[in-house]
Amino acid sequence: MRLYEVLFIVAPNTEESDLEALVTQMSDVATNQGAQITKVDRMGRRRLAYPIQKFNEGYYVILTIEGTGAEIAEVERRMRVTDSIIRYITIRIDEDLKRADKLRARRASRTRSSGGGGGSRGRRNDRAPVASADTAEQEGEE
Amino acid sequence: MSGDTRDEGRRDDRRDDRRDDRGGRGGRRFIRARKSCRFCADKVDYIDYKDGRLLGGYIPERGKILPRRISGTCAPHQRMLASAIKRARNAAILPFATD
Repeated sequence: MRLYEVLFIVAPNTEESDLEALVTQMSDVATNQGAQITKVDRMGRRRLAYPIQKFNEGYYVILTIEGTGAEIAEVERRMRVTDSIIRYITIRIDEDLKRADKLRARRASRTRSSGGGGGSRGRRNDRAPVASADTAEQEGEE
Repeated sequence: MSGDTRDEGRRDDRRDDRRDDRGGRGGRRFIRARKSCRFCADKVDYIDYKDGRLLGGYIPERGKILPRRISGTCAPHQRMLASAIKRARNAAILPFATD
């Protein structure tokens, strides 16, 4: 399963109730296709950095969807034909999050095992070697 | 061209800068503090494209992506930053161009 973030911008002239209906409609499309909605984030009305279809503002909504990718195609198709959605962007985030986890794990292990080896990369090693306990402490701080 | 030689000289200075500067010979030598990656210092693993305020610091006036030779960002983080900025532009969080 893949994790996607579908961000879409709704035109500012839509009613609050219509906006709500739109959000539920889009999440229904995804769930009907067999995907899971893990999060619905309504960021609210925001200023656009540049005009889109002559609008300077828009309602930002982010759906976090877990699925295989076929659901995303359907959701995107629906968004394309909905006039009040002025922009949509889908981003696959599972790989990025995995990489972030890896980096975090690596950093955790590096600080824990602050023996010798790891520090050879750093320029700080130019300094004269002090007692081994001291160097270990310095590397731990980094 | 005179412009070229001047450029060359500047680049040499910068290279010297990066090494531990011993100063002395040559006379004019710039000692600049070494720039460091802000994302490494903050232990950032993922740069979110929705964080317009953070990304805004890396787009100067014109709306371009600030090069890492200026900001001092490390290569992995600059890559993350660049893709986040590009995503944010499509989401109208950041501008493509301004003047």
